[in-house]
Amino acid sequence: MLVVSQLKKSFDDLTVFDNFGLTVPRGGFTALVGPSGCGKSTFFDVLSGIVVKDEGTIMWLGEAYPHLGRHLAYMQQKDLLLPWLSLLDNALLPVMMSRKETRVREKAIFLFKRLGLLGFEQYPPGKVSGGMRQRCALVRTLMFEHELVLLDEPLSALDAITRRSLQQHLLLLQSEFGRTIVMITHDVEEALLLADEVLVLTSFPMVVRERFVLDMPRPRRSDNHELLRIKEYVLDVLQGDVRNGSSSISPAVVSPIGGT
Amino acid sequence: MRTSGVIACVGVILIFVTWELACRLLSVPDFILPAPTAILSAAVVQAPLLLPHAAVTALEIVLGIFLSLLVAVPLATVMFAHPSVERALSPFLVVSQAIPVFALAPLLVIWFGYGIASKVFMAAIIIFFPITVSLLEGYKNCGSEYAMLFRLIGAGFWNTMRFLYWPWALPFFFAGLKVGVTVATIGAVIGEWVGAQQGLGYLMIQANARLRVDMVFAAILWLSVMGLAMWICVGIIEKKVITWK
Repeated sequence: MLVVSQLKKSFDDLTVFDNFGLTVPRGGFTALVGPSGCGKSTFFDVLSGIVVKDEGTIMWLGEAYPHLGRHLAYMQQKDLLLPWLSLLDNALLPVMMSRKETRVREKAIFLFKRLGLLGFEQYPPGKVSGGMRQRCALVRTLMFEHELVLLDEPLSALDAITRRSLQQHLLLLQSEFGRTIVMITHDVEEALLLADEVLVLTSFPMVVRERFVLDMPRPRRSDNHELLRIKEYVLDVLQGDVRNGSSSISPAVVSPIGGT
Repeated sequence: MRTSGVIACVGVILIFVTWELACRLLSVPDFILPAPTAILSAAVVQAPLLLPHAAVTALEIVLGIFLSLLVAVPLATVMFAHPSVERALSPFLVVSQAIPVFALAPLLVIWFGYGIASKVFMAAIIIFFPITVSLLEGYKNCGSEYAMLFRLIGAGFWNTMRFLYWPWALPFFFAGLKVGVTVATIGAVIGEWVGAQQGLGYLMIQANARLRVDMVFAAILWLSVMGLAMWICVGIIEKKVITWK
């Protein structure tokens, strides 16, 4: 379980988050939804150690760490593939510097097959589509032998069809590899289709405004009545139009946790 | 692209035709300004004399390139890895280019003799700066998100240099090298002017003293061909190395 509490980060006079906390269950899929610039990516940067936190506690599997840089894999919106390496070598980058390469090459090939990239191992990133590049980036993320995976809008640059396909891949890989996934997305529908729980964040300072536990079987349909209602509610929250206590969403589905 | 090439060719031909006509119609003496055909004739007819000297100059330039690479690449890497070193050395780098090579040439001849060494150093001094600066800029141009990825991977300094910064900076390096090889002839020829027993610069001084202006121009023509050939060679190597562009 990932437990973050009383986290604070400021840049000069700007407090991005203060007394921020959240809990992510082990093996779960948690989506963070919030307005642009609210500090979601900064939160990931703090978790990964790219940015140093001012205060607060980060605990992973019961142990406290200054950051989780050595314990997580991080996939960003940009695929960050190196154009001078083949797709396979890009995927193997996390292990290229170690001696385990030959052993894990089989795993990379398996993932290439799983994500429909077989036959393209030796292609340079510049010769394949954006969707394939993103799938390769996903393979690279999974090549990190870390249970915790942070995804920062990994699908936002993709077209609708490729995006749908990759969403399915994400779900399959989560269930197959048992990773704990925390994903930032601006797409409320995507969050509701994929996640076990959705945290709605507000900005300056960033707080968890609402928490939705989605105990619904997958694959979910975007025209599901319950999901559509939650989607409308989340959008209302994000637009700041919801008054406290006016929610018409079932309490079994919605668990407000204001104050964290 | 083709149109611009045709325009360039037509422009060059026009210049030479005008030059040729001016020399013939105005009866300009050869020891003042020989006609392009006379220069071409000297360059071809005197090739057995010119080419061994050209080979010496070419050797000086090539050795100068290697010498400058031996210094520029590690220096740019150290300056990138340690910004304090960059801050400390930057003024010296600028000064090294602010001092005219003409001023350094006699000193280098005194220190390294009339042989090839002083010319190699002259060429290296001129090439060294564009390569160092270009490579350093190339390293700095690398996206911070890529650097972050390597940090998360846990890559050490050398692996990050090998897999990220060096490939990233290669186009910048080749841009600097292209500038370097084209201006390298300046260093070598100036070195030969100051004191040498062979080389195209030496030949130019000798021809000039005998009012063989056609030979001076022929030497310049061979120097131009050498510069162009080296520029093309670097371009070919660049295309072979940077396959992803």
